[in-house]
Amino acid sequence: MNPASNPILEAAMAGTTGSIVLLALAGFGVLVVLTLFGELIRARQMPGTQNPVLDTYMTRVESWWAMVALISLALITGRLGVVILFLFASFAAMREFLTLTAKNRADHMSLALAFFAVLPLQYIFVWMGWHGIFTVFIPVYAFLLLPIVSALRGNYTRFMTRVAETQWGLMITVFCVSHVPALMSLDIPGYGERGVLLIAFLIVVVQLGDLLDFFFGRRIGKTRIAPDLSPKTWEGLACGVASAAVIGGFLAWLTPFGVIGAALMAAMASLVGMFGNLVFAAIKRDRGVKDWSHLIPGQGGFVDQLDSVVFAAPIFYHVTRYLWSV
Amino acid sequence: MNSILTALRRFAADIVGNIIRLFVRFLTAVRADWQGIEPVPKQRIFFANHTSNGDMPMIWSVLPPAIRRQTRPVAAADYWLKNKLRAFAGGEVFRAVLIDRRREVNDDPMAKILEAMATGDSLIIFPEGGRNMGPDPLLPFKAGIYNMGKAFPEVDLVPTWVANLNSIMPKGEVIPLPLICTVTFGAPLHIGPDESKDDFLARASAALADLRPAEPEEAAP
Repeated sequence: MNPASNPILEAAMAGTTGSIVLLALAGFGVLVVLTLFGELIRARQMPGTQNPVLDTYMTRVESWWAMVALISLALITGRLGVVILFLFASFAAMREFLTLTAKNRADHMSLALAFFAVLPLQYIFVWMGWHGIFTVFIPVYAFLLLPIVSALRGNYTRFMTRVAETQWGLMITVFCVSHVPALMSLDIPGYGERGVLLIAFLIVVVQLGDLLDFFFGRRIGKTRIAPDLSPKTWEGLACGVASAAVIGGFLAWLTPFGVIGAALMAAMASLVGMFGNLVFAAIKRDRGVKDWSHLIPGQGGFVDQLDSVVFAAPIFYHVTRYLWSV
Repeated sequence: MNSILTALRRFAADIVGNIIRLFVRFLTAVRADWQGIEPVPKQRIFFANHTSNGDMPMIWSVLPPAIRRQTRPVAAADYWLKNKLRAFAGGEVFRAVLIDRRREVNDDPMAKILEAMATGDSLIIFPEGGRNMGPDPLLPFKAGIYNMGKAFPEVDLVPTWVANLNSIMPKGEVIPLPLICTVTFGAPLHIGPDESKDDFLARASAALADLRPAEPEEAAP
């Protein structure tokens, strides 16, 4: 039987698209409220006065509009759209990351290979759904081969640092990021082709968890987790993770996890994401920069935007695979 | 007929210019950091460090369109007239002021530069006189910038630092790396009433070197 004429499959597909449209509309709804809120304050502002906080806020909201639109569009397009979106996200993130790492002329070829061979290959493997390859390609093959290419140039100045920082960049910006689209390739019984909804679930719970961590941290935060690194507090973190769990429970209809399972998965992803945020803060401090780049107006670079999702993605992927996949 | 041809070439040059700009932006996400001046259309001399042939297109690409149209790079004729493609890019896309560096040619480069300045155009110059391949951040400046500042004392001399280009495309490599490049514009300089040539060149060089961002523990080449 031709799968396209299968009414059950068609209904399932329509359900997936319907869910994405619903989520996108909810996202746009929130953004409309946020935009109106900003415009209202702007309207009440004395003419001729400046309000830099409001300007920052409005630039951020504008960037969020673009992001929600882009992600919704990719999710609706399905597998290829999502893979291409995250391929470009990886490219932008790796560009930011490797701009700040130690390297010299001897690394030119291995860095070129990282950008123009490792990155596209990883996404081709993810697109094909070859779990056995995309989970080992960077940690095994790139890990061993790129240092060989660097060593062949015969320069040993700070070799360990150069090689380790390049590999770290690849792991974070390509390997980890690619685990977001890889969620689509999981074969979960009774869940069908709805893998794309897991991406929406992961991004929504992690990002909202971060936002609420920031909000509660400002309100009730007292104990800094790592005062030298970031203003994050244990109170904010606990509230953020708890909120992510509640939101995850409400979004259980997107997932194969059930309500309790969805809440726990959301809490885990959010928790890992928040600590990931701390790790990125440490790297930025080490390199003496405030943001990774200036690519996204008002919010720094791609890595600033993605850091917690990046950290959460591989663990979210593997836990889902072990517990729910076949 | 001739005027149609000229218009067509002009149009082609505009398109090629935009392609170069988009390519540079996509590859290096190049960003302008206007530290010492505002990006306003005013006659200026942007004097920059020179480590790679990509420097000039990079500065040119970050200038806002209104300023870019009024800005001409000063470049070496032997490089930009090597073949027809380069001649088109140098002459019509970048509208470079071409200087002949060969000793046997009796050409007055300063006259050409001052002539270009007299029309009110801004210029991009590389006062080190050639590409810097060594470990020092800057080579000693040539006198040209001093003569230009003397001839047009009201024109802003703007130090312009191009960062990271050396790792994007080191000499001898074919594939450029997509790393982020920043072009920093510093506070404008003017020659003091009784400042000597050497004093001014040292001051200009120091002003440019000051814009160099702190390197993240650079691994020595």
